[in-house]
Amino acid sequence: MKYVLKKFITLIITLLCISAITFGAFSIIPGDAAVSKLGVNASPQQVEALRQEMGLDDPILQRYGRWLSGAVRGDFGDSYQYDNTTVASLLSDRLPVTAMLSVMSFLLILVIAFPLGILSARFSGRGPDIGMNLVTQVIMAVPSFFLGILLTYLFGLVLHWFQPGQFVQPDEDLGACLCYLVFPAIAIALPKIAMVVKFLRNSVLAEMEKDYVRTAYSRGNTKSSVLYRHVLKNAFIPVITFLALLIAEILAGSIIVEQVFSVPGVGRLLITAILNRDYPVVQAVVMYVTALVVVINFLVDLLYQAVDPRIKAGG
Amino acid sequence: MKLLEVDNLTIAFEEGRERQIVVEHAGFSMEKGEILGVVGESGSGKSMVAHCLMGLYKKNEKVIDGRILFDGQSLLAMPREERRRIQGNTMSIVFQEPMTSLNPVKKVGFQVEESLSIHRKELGKQEKKELALQALRDVELPGAEEIYESYPHELSGGMRQRVMIASAIVCRPKLLIADEATTALDVTIQAQIIRLLKKLNASTGMSVLFISHNLRVIQEICSRAIVMWQGKVVEQGTVEEIFRHPKEDYTRRLIAAIPTRKKRRNP
Repeated sequence: MKYVLKKFITLIITLLCISAITFGAFSIIPGDAAVSKLGVNASPQQVEALRQEMGLDDPILQRYGRWLSGAVRGDFGDSYQYDNTTVASLLSDRLPVTAMLSVMSFLLILVIAFPLGILSARFSGRGPDIGMNLVTQVIMAVPSFFLGILLTYLFGLVLHWFQPGQFVQPDEDLGACLCYLVFPAIAIALPKIAMVVKFLRNSVLAEMEKDYVRTAYSRGNTKSSVLYRHVLKNAFIPVITFLALLIAEILAGSIIVEQVFSVPGVGRLLITAILNRDYPVVQAVVMYVTALVVVINFLVDLLYQAVDPRIKAGG
Repeated sequence: MKLLEVDNLTIAFEEGRERQIVVEHAGFSMEKGEILGVVGESGSGKSMVAHCLMGLYKKNEKVIDGRILFDGQSLLAMPREERRRIQGNTMSIVFQEPMTSLNPVKKVGFQVEESLSIHRKELGKQEKKELALQALRDVELPGAEEIYESYPHELSGGMRQRVMIASAIVCRPKLLIADEATTALDVTIQAQIIRLLKKLNASTGMSVLFISHNLRVIQEICSRAIVMWQGKVVEQGTVEEIFRHPKEDYTRRLIAAIPTRKKRRNP
């Protein structure tokens, strides 16, 4: 319990720091929201009046406090770029899409990489392992957006399995939406799958050298029972950390891949918002994504405790 | 009646075409219920022989020649599956490293009763637990129930070595191999473990092959011993014979190397 509480306090402090840095960064960078909203031809009086209205002239701490208290309640203010639209409503339209895409990529990674990694370790140094090594090496070197272009070409233009650019909103037809998202999900997942396969393989092989493995053999275990009953749980411990890091990368990857596949997710929202200096939106997206990464790390810490009994003692 | 006969055992490391002999024409035998000591410096091949008896080979290790008769069965001639039925069942081993020989993420209970799960499939969960608890009591661990539920990192080195012994004797083996089992422990714990092994030997008739580089320890636990040097068995006999009338030059040096309590007289 103490461990959970400690991790939870760390989580809150981290989130506060991130919010301060995010807010601070957008106050420092050049560019005036009032100017960008009114256009360059606006008179200084108009700009000043709007600044007053938007509260941009208040001291920074006051603005931060106001923003933070709104953010905690899920209210990130109004968008500069779209009139009379709250940031929250912009996000709530796009978050589900990005969430589905990310979860799908993550599941693909788990479902494909784990069996392959274990297989590769079992046959280490022999045919399947050498073949897998080659393939993973190649796939790892290909960036997601390029894979996205290849997939669009192959499955969209040549095989016509999906219509590039014709995204179906989830509330219209969830099935069709998921079918469309499979392809960007693959583009995000493939390089990560290659990494996890390699990482898991090496982790399993390193565990195989440990003394407790010799003990397990001495009790009459077969090779596969040593692997499944003893080695895997130990080998998963470093892989969990790696997966947590990957989640941040999946989110970052989805921002780019959404562009390639014209998926109207958070990534596209973020890019248009940056281009239009729509700071409330950018702040909110950055906050969301970082918060998500931090929260996932928190959950991973809890997961650790379940997998590795030594953590409870160490605290 | 002989429990174990090793004849002409030769083991080598093979790397590509190169072959390095590490155990050469080793031969010795053991009676039922006996504690036999194996003494020699590190690299003399004594652990190699132990692991070979257990059927635990490293990647490049290969038995080139020899015969091992255990309880009337020829170990080197039998298929792997049959060999596995002996491992942890009628023959088991305790290693030198109590801190790393147990799986850190598995409960002690699971590890102690694992040999039962493998070799006595007919036993129910409760029966296995009873036998595991009995084994933990046999190795004189206080609070067996509590230890059954704990993880290795919660125990001290001496306790872990007792857990290892408990897991090795849970199937009531005919032969227990103690491969430098007391070397990593401090002297008082070492003495306790030796007393424990002697007690288990006396009460259950389990034979013990006790491997150590420490002649004093060998002297304390065994009546008979063999001396290994550079992969060869250079001497065997009762411990008294070996101490009193060492035949080999190496044995003499080994005995001379034992620190004694007597102070040297100044001339």
